Amino acid sequence: MTEAVFHVFRGDAKGGSLQPYKVQVEEGMVVLDAIHRIQAQDAPDLAVRWNCKAAKCGSCSAEVNGKPSLMCKTRLDALPLDQPVVVKPIRSFPVIRDLVTDVQWNYEVNKKIPPFTPKKDAPWRWMQEDIDRVQEFRKCIECFLCQNVCHVIREHGVKSGFAGPRFFVRVASVEMHPMDDLNRTALLKDEMGIGYCNITKCCTEVCPEDIHITDNAIIPLKERVVDDHYDPVRKIFRLLSGKKSS
Amino acid sequence: MSARFETHDFDVLVIGAGGAGLRAAIEASAAGARTGVVCKSLLGKAHTVMAEGGVAAALGHVDPKDSWKVHFRDTMLGGKMLNHWRMAQLHAQEAPERVRELERWGAVFDRTADGRILQRNFGGHSAPRLAHVGDRTGLEMIRTLQDHGVHQGFEVFMECTVSRLFTEGGRVVGAFAYRRENGRFIVFRAKSIVLACGGVGKSFKITSNSWEYTGDGHALAYEAGAELVDMEFVQFHPTGMVWPPGVMGILVTEAVRGEGGLLRNSKGERFMEKYDPKRMELSTRDMVARAIYTEVKEGRGSPHGGAFLDISHKPADWVKKKLPSMYHQFMDLADVDITKGPMEVGPTTHYMMGGVRVDPDTGESTVPGLYAAGESSGGMHGANRLGGNSLSDLLVFGCRAGQGAADGAKTRSGQATIDAGQIERAERAMLAPFERADGPSPYDVHARLQETMQSLVGIFRVDEDLQKALREIARLREETARVRVTGSREFNPGWHLAIDLEAMLLCSEAIARSALVRRESRGAHSRLDYPKTEPEFGTKNTFVKKDGQAMAVGQSPLPEMPAELRAIVDAELEAVKV
Repeated sequence: MTEAVFHVFRGDAKGGSLQPYKVQVEEGMVVLDAIHRIQAQDAPDLAVRWNCKAAKCGSCSAEVNGKPSLMCKTRLDALPLDQPVVVKPIRSFPVIRDLVTDVQWNYEVNKKIPPFTPKKDAPWRWMQEDIDRVQEFRKCIECFLCQNVCHVIREHGVKSGFAGPRFFVRVASVEMHPMDDLNRTALLKDEMGIGYCNITKCCTEVCPEDIHITDNAIIPLKERVVDDHYDPVRKIFRLLSGKKSS
Repeated sequence: MSARFETHDFDVLVIGAGGAGLRAAIEASAAGARTGVVCKSLLGKAHTVMAEGGVAAALGHVDPKDSWKVHFRDTMLGGKMLNHWRMAQLHAQEAPERVRELERWGAVFDRTADGRILQRNFGGHSAPRLAHVGDRTGLEMIRTLQDHGVHQGFEVFMECTVSRLFTEGGRVVGAFAYRRENGRFIVFRAKSIVLACGGVGKSFKITSNSWEYTGDGHALAYEAGAELVDMEFVQFHPTGMVWPPGVMGILVTEAVRGEGGLLRNSKGERFMEKYDPKRMELSTRDMVARAIYTEVKEGRGSPHGGAFLDISHKPADWVKKKLPSMYHQFMDLADVDITKGPMEVGPTTHYMMGGVRVDPDTGESTVPGLYAAGESSGGMHGANRLGGNSLSDLLVFGCRAGQGAADGAKTRSGQATIDAGQIERAERAMLAPFERADGPSPYDVHARLQETMQSLVGIFRVDEDLQKALREIARLREETARVRVTGSREFNPGWHLAIDLEAMLLCSEAIARSALVRRESRGAHSRLDYPKTEPEFGTKNTFVKKDGQAMAVGQSPLPEMPAELRAIVDAELEAVKV
């Protein structure tokens, strides 16, 4: 059995440092296993969030060797164990303690999105191909890794009137639902700041659910915003027909 | 009052934000009750998110002959007739509407060719009945409830844990909680409290359950004087991952078998032929778990001590579409491509059939003001739960408990004053582990409890083992009273575990004591020393109740089933499925 050294961030909002811990490595072990072992052996108060341990709940997001990852999915045999494994909290949100960050802001943003609003007398019948794209968005496990790597959030902070990729995916999941009857483009433009996104696709790259965040959610939503708010012909059509744009 | 604690008042306080808790909170709010929700994790991370295969409801979209009666019959037979008939009836009758309601709130289920909610086969269901979204149905459900729920006006306290309930004159009047983030205390005053805290799997070593599953609801109810029924019935899901060591116990959805997966032993035999030739892989979970256990014990296991589960005879693209999480889970964590070869699977502690005894219609426990729903409650599933009946249980009885709690709150005028002595005792109990200069580590005590329950109170039980387990639990309880915690009150997992241990020990004792008195084998409870199913035990439920400082065990007669329902269960399937 080999031994690995972990450098884990210990500290709080006031500051902290990387602390070294030794861990015995077993076959198939993931970073979260190592963190649990450190808790049981050396640091019972090491703070970490986790739940399912199977990449389904999105709780154990962290930066492992600088890479935003789910710790439950990051295997030790994929890391160079001849050097220390560095585990830090995700960066875009304030540290509460150790690996735990304050992600409350995300829940506040979510509340501002008007919920799914079905059409009156909706037939409640639709084909699988009509919902394939919506189901892609609904795979999101809210790990907030996309929020963590987003340039706009990293550079301008979370109070800048920008909602972040997670919530564009969320809006896409209701906007593109075949039975939804609301139009959220004004919200996207004015309150969620979708225009700030410059499509660098960093969010897509880190998504553990492989959601095509930029191509399938953000770009089509940007197009809807342009159609509704910057295209005069469409705008007149929309006003006259009173219909939700598509 | 000083900054010792915050105080919040609610008509209805819901503890737990999984499927049952959120559904209860939605209903209580809709009924006009000022409602609060407390949850141990962030919103949307509760264990419901892990549910995979589907939600059982007799919609009849795939098999038009399916009906609530067939679902009721399947549920009672699957539960070996120990289920509370009224719960099984309400569940079967109301599940379809609860599922359609989810769709109106934005859930996007997979579709049939004619555009309706698609349903799949599962063990013990005699029609394709499980509405699903690939193999991530629980995520769909919890996100739907969460996104709908945040607009219903209830207040959510995330990352808070309730450590005890306050009572006054025999009724529940409030709860004591701490915030994980900063260790500060909260006193809730509430006219009704709904327990929706999930199960007890963390008392076992190999489990599909997350850290939250420490039996809080069961323990809170017990300490408040409520009865817990059917605690001997712990579901060991037949298919958990067995390799690599770190992922041991993680769930492999029953949908693999529902979609045609085959179980084989090391000799290549489809061994279910020996155990349940009629239903084979789609037998009930208790049967399949025992079968795999037996095959391994008799030397026909897979290399890592499980059975082979194979879906690779189906087209690779189809497998990835129907079972996407399973594909990724095995690819990422075990280097196994399930479209090319078999998985290795073995039993894992998954679900608690037993729980708080409740009134089926309102969810109220034997203690006034206290309600329970979902895995915290008992009676619905009897001796064995059918796959898919949990998600529907959460919706049906979460809704009913929310309504019941709101109605109950209306009958209680004003908030009761909470006795200062009770608050002080709750605070002292929380802080005691910090004050000890020396003592065992909570992680160590927890590991030994898990070892004890795994080896002595597992799939097969005998008198001697259960007695030994009870002695060990008593020892571990003494150690827990001396457990020492280091560090601060800010997000300190060692401290939280020290508190959770008390609930885990209590549930473990309830399981072992109930298992001891049921001298027969039935459903998920198998006694090597009493291998037969005995008719005399088929007429009663086991229950435990606090008696002074001791745990009293009793047996109560099953509630009498009306003749028209009895006729449904007694009839041949073909006579019901028309």
